[in-house]
This record gives sequence, structure tokens and C-alpha cells, in this order.
Amino acid sequence: MTEFTPSRRHVLKWTGIAASLAVAGSVLPNFGISAALAADLGSGDTGVLNYAYALEQLEAAFYTQVVKTPYKGATKAELRVLTSIRDHEIAHRQFLKKALGKHAIPSLEVDFSAIDFTSRKSVLGTADVFENLGVAAYNGAGQLIKNVAYLAAAGSIVSVEARHTAAIQELIGGASAKAAGEGHVDKSGLDAALSPGEVLPKAAPFIKTAVTANSLV
Amino acid sequence: MSNSNDFILDAIDEPELGERIDMGKRNLFARYAMPAVALSSAPLILAAASTEAFAAGALPQKVVDVLNFALTLEYLEAAFYKTGNGSSGLIPSEYRALFRTIGEHETAHVALLQHALGSAAVKAPNVDFTAGGKYADVFSNFKTFATLSATFEDLGVAAYKGQAGNLAGTPVLTTALQIHSVEARHAGAVRPIVGKASTIGAFDTPKSKAQVLAAAKPFLA
Repeated sequence: MTEFTPSRRHVLKWTGIAASLAVAGSVLPNFGISAALAADLGSGDTGVLNYAYALEQLEAAFYTQVVKTPYKGATKAELRVLTSIRDHEIAHRQFLKKALGKHAIPSLEVDFSAIDFTSRKSVLGTADVFENLGVAAYNGAGQLIKNVAYLAAAGSIVSVEARHTAAIQELIGGASAKAAGEGHVDKSGLDAALSPGEVLPKAAPFIKTAVTANSLV
Repeated sequence: MSNSNDFILDAIDEPELGERIDMGKRNLFARYAMPAVALSSAPLILAAASTEAFAAGALPQKVVDVLNFALTLEYLEAAFYKTGNGSSGLIPSEYRALFRTIGEHETAHVALLQHALGSAAVKAPNVDFTAGGKYADVFSNFKTFATLSATFEDLGVAAYKGQAGNLAGTPVLTTALQIHSVEARHAGAVRPIVGKASTIGAFDTPKSKAQVLAAAKPFLA
């Protein structure tokens, strides 16, 4: 819970993320990222877990702020849901940090300036984006994981993110078709699976770091 | 929550994280690697799985077994929603779009798995959603229906999760994950209708095939 004090001591250089991407790139060469960067952060599953760790940091920081400064008109029931989600994201973040140990990337500094935390619409809309991005990210990362124990761990997290998408949608519009995934689930009944190269640019605007697009594509 | 957390941490007791690289496995992954663009089209992946990635032109038996297990569950779910959505007066109007959408997804999962398995696909099981009379009002009492829906969805989530390891290193894994998270969306959407939180905890727990089949058995006639 103390991970996201707005300190500048732990600003992650975007090249750090790029390096974790490069690890994935060693598995899926299509990312076109220089393999030389991979040396910075280790290799293999470490890169994938750091990628997940970055996303969980982002989510945990977001919900921590949401609960700390609730939007106008937030009901007790809504805060209960949002607090529960916050706790889950913190648990995910801490789990990944512990699993990574000395290989973990530093704590990220976030940039939520585009979010109006006093606005229900802004907060829930952002939550919806983050949760769906998380689902697609884990789905796409599964095949990059070599150790089946880590795959199992990722599986235990991704379904919770998917449950969160439903919980957020129920806050937005009740038990609607969207709560079941309409708009995100395709005609074959499948969720998205995005590569790190597709996910990170979507997360980048929320991370207070100079992002160089060159590192991402 | 701490229990499930421990369970996962227990499974991950490799201190030298990421420092073991099995070259053989790496090559395997490279071989199965799909362009990012193909990730968005699972039927293509499944088609590739059955025709290209496996030289014999057929899925390995282990994968066939997993997919048939999944197909059995999807048959069960699809039949459940087909009957429920077709039972007039059962589902209150405010929930109809939700259950219709869930039903469409389950029917699509059946079609997808049948297509992937081809002639190896198992047939639909006979079902009894009253579980021998225990849930006699399943299609006339919305609360019973929604409770069983949440049960089936939670079971589906745990079932797919339990099979991920068996699919590791195959292109089918991503497709299974893409179904798995949809089942979790469903569970998260239905549980609040019966007064439960969308989530069970910070980490969902997998179930083995035997555990899942035991839970599903009362509904298989």
C-alpha cells in the first residue's frame, strides 16, 4: 500500500519496460525489439512476470487513489466493490514482486492526470479500460511463459481481472450484456489476447516516464 | 485470500527465477509462435493447431482429451442457457440481455471446440439440470437458475485453469485462455445477481479434471 507514494526515487526508465519487452521478443521475434536490451532485466519468464508486475502496479495505484478520494456520489456498496478490487490488485502486485525477488523492476511512478477522480464516469471508465487491458495482456502472455507454475499463477490472476471487468460493468450499467463481455468477446466467444507490444503503448500514457515509441515497435 | 496466495507461492519455489533456459523448450515456443495479428483470430490458431503445428495433421491425444473435456462442459453450459433463455417467464427482463449474451458465448465455444476437434469431438452428454430433482424448479424459479448459472461459470473457470498446464507449449493454450477469461466474466456478472461478490478472492483456484467431473456429474444424466 505504500508502493505509490509520489516519490521520484523510483522512476522507471521506459527502456526498462522495453527491456522486459525484449525478453518477450526473444520468444516472439516479431516485436522487432533489439535483443541487446534484454541483458538489462534478465530473460525468459522474468520478463513476462515483470510485464505483469508493471500492469498490476498501475492497477493497484489507480484503485488506491480511487478509494482514497472517492468520486462524487459514490455509494457504500460501490466503495465496497472498488475497495475489494484495490485489495486484489495490491495482492497481485505483491505476489509478483515476491516471485520476482531481486529481478523485479522498480516501483513505477504513475501519471493519472488524464483521470478525473471526482467523476464517477471517468473513474469507472478508466477502471473498465484497465481491467480489459489486463485480461487481454495475460491472455496474450500465457504462451510466453515457460514455467508451468508461473502459467498457473498467471491463470489464477487473469480470471480475477475478468471478474473485475464484470464487477465494473455492473457498476456502470447493471447486469447487462456488457457485464458478460459484449464489446470485448468476439463472435467465436473469445476474449482478446494481446502481445506486450500491443498492450504497453496503451498503458504508457498512465506511466510518468518519457516514453519512446521507438522502443515499442 | 492468504491461503490461495500461499498455494500459488508454494507452487513457485524456484529461487533462480528466469535463469533456467531450456533451449529445447525455447525452440518449441519459437515453432509455435504466432504473429501478433493472428492472436486476435483464434479460429485461425486452432486451424493452425490441427493442420500445421502438428506434423501428423492431428492434435496430440493429450490436447484432444483436454479439448473434449472442455467441450463436454461447454455442451452442458450451452444446453443450460438454451433452455433457460427459452423458458418464458423465467428471466426478469433486466437480466435477459445478460443471459442471452452468455448463452451465445457458450454456443460459440461449443462450435469452436467442435471445429478444432473435428471427428475426434465427443458427442453432447445427456443432461438433467434438476440434478435428479434437487433443483426441480431450475427453469421456473429465477433464483435457482441464477444460482446454478453462477455455479457452472465458476466451475468452468476452475476447469480451464486446471488444464492450462496440459496445454502449455501448444498453440491451443492461447485459445483456451481466451475462453477461460470469458467464463470468468460470466461468473463475475452472474454472482452478484445471487448476492455474491463477483470475485471469490484475489486469486482463483484451479480444479482438476476429476474434481470438475465430480461437480458436474449430478447434471449429467
